[in-house]
Amino acid sequence: MDAVHAIEVEELRKVYAGGVVALDGISFAVAPGEVFALLGPNGAGKSSTVRILATLSALSGGAARVAGIDVAARPREVRRLIGYVAQASGVDLTATGRENLTLQGQLYRLPAAALRSRVEELLALFELGGAADRAAITYSGGMKRRLDVAMGLVHRPAVLFLDEPTTGLDPESRAVMWEEVRGLARLGLTLLLTTHYLEEADQLAQRLAILDGGRVVAAGTPDALKAGLRGDRISVELANRGDAAAAREVLGGLDGVTAVLTEGATLYAQVAHGASALPSLLAALDRAGVAVAQVAHSRPSLEDVYLNATGHAYRSEGGPARGARGEGGAR
Amino acid sequence: MEYAADLWHLFARLVRASVRMPVFLILSIVQPIIWVLLFGQLFGSVASLPGFGAHSYVQFLAPGIAVMTALFGGAYSGMGMLADIDRGVLDRLLATPVARGALLAARILHSAAQVSLQSAIILIVSAAIGARPHGGAAGIVLVLAVAALLGAAFGAFSNAIALITRRQELVIATMNFIVLPSTFLSSMMMSAKLMPAWIRSAALFNPVNWAVTAARAGFEGDWQLLPRNLGLLAAFTLAAAALATASFGRYRRAG
Repeated sequence: MDAVHAIEVEELRKVYAGGVVALDGISFAVAPGEVFALLGPNGAGKSSTVRILATLSALSGGAARVAGIDVAARPREVRRLIGYVAQASGVDLTATGRENLTLQGQLYRLPAAALRSRVEELLALFELGGAADRAAITYSGGMKRRLDVAMGLVHRPAVLFLDEPTTGLDPESRAVMWEEVRGLARLGLTLLLTTHYLEEADQLAQRLAILDGGRVVAAGTPDALKAGLRGDRISVELANRGDAAAAREVLGGLDGVTAVLTEGATLYAQVAHGASALPSLLAALDRAGVAVAQVAHSRPSLEDVYLNATGHAYRSEGGPARGARGEGGAR
Repeated sequence: MEYAADLWHLFARLVRASVRMPVFLILSIVQPIIWVLLFGQLFGSVASLPGFGAHSYVQFLAPGIAVMTALFGGAYSGMGMLADIDRGVLDRLLATPVARGALLAARILHSAAQVSLQSAIILIVSAAIGARPHGGAAGIVLVLAVAALLGAAFGAFSNAIALITRRQELVIATMNFIVLPSTFLSSMMMSAKLMPAWIRSAALFNPVNWAVTAARAGFEGDWQLLPRNLGLLAAFTLAAAALATASFGRYRRAG
């Protein structure tokens, strides 16, 4: 690939008919060979981004390029370079695994002989050889997903889009899929995957962008994002929701507490060292007459990164409406 | 060239899917046979009405049922398109370099092929119970071509409705609304000579009647009514294909 970036997205906007703003000016770039994750709750704009990059959806503003080729201006050239594995599958259930793979290759106009051996290769690679001539409707969820990914690879794309590759899979199949993704990364493929699983992005991605409400709220390597939070997290669940304001005032006034977020009856405090701050924090709350139901401290996770960036705790179904954020969120 | 290859591969996929549903296959063969036998019996005596103009009702009915099968066969083609949309298959295909038009053309071609095969079976069964193709081999080819054209037209129309509404219920409701009235506003089962005047007038603007008239002209070897009705039918098929193409373009832009 000649271009510096395998994928380049600049101030991308998508407004659907009816005025729903799915993407409100997002930017990110993916280097060739990189595994990049778009992380966010449902409705954050992940699939909209991938659909635009896969030429399935027109952009409303900004620019998107794959290998330096503008997706809006030259979609045909982009299609030859990309593999697209959608959230909604795309396997023809009435056809066999082999037929699904073969049709895919035919539509990329691969020569017949080369296609036959490529199909065999992929069936073996994804451990579908034994089921190759069975209708895909008989496949398990994990097998269907592997066939989906294999179909995206028939023409040896430079860039593979994996939209929610493990959604709906059981933990075992998910672990298998993670291994597949790591294997693909070793092949030198550029991978853009979307997920609403924090752990998945953490495990698989070299870099990631966190999307929320159609915007990029944080981007970088998982380690850098976590390190950026400087320190640990203490979460305090109050016995009475009504104490939240008072509790926040108490925690905000403590030495060593750098930020406090409130969500419902739960407070999140950012501290230099969780273990040493915990006793004084609890003592201060006790003095103020605030009853505590539960308390925990942890090293920063992507969940904290999300919380810090958006001001609300992570829920894969989608965060609360904008404006519900706590004031202490340092951005 | 690439378009033709794409079309062939996509058409082959649809044929494979049909052939793998034995129930569908058997029903789509048995149902038209039942129609010929049932309607032949039920309405058999109308041929003896004064002024009907044909001696044998089966002779009159055979090309009509061939057209009816084409109409019914094409009308629900859009359901397959909706299944592809719902399962993500269409998106997956659209992400490949496949010629966009071939995706739609494969479905229309599949409708046409399916209904002309069914029509051939109807002509064979009709022949077994006494219908005779006076138009000879050319007449038979013509009946099948008319069935293919009408199947393609309603296949295209059904796909257009599917792409516009994206709802199975609406495809079924729309097609039910159209199919039966257009059947009875034609000379499919009743000689035009015995129709009330207003139905005879309405039939002149009914594509299904153009198809019935053209098919019967071929079957009877009475070529006089053929050119006009075949021409109108072909124009209707092109218009339906244009509508489907526009709907597909609209669907893709709305992505």
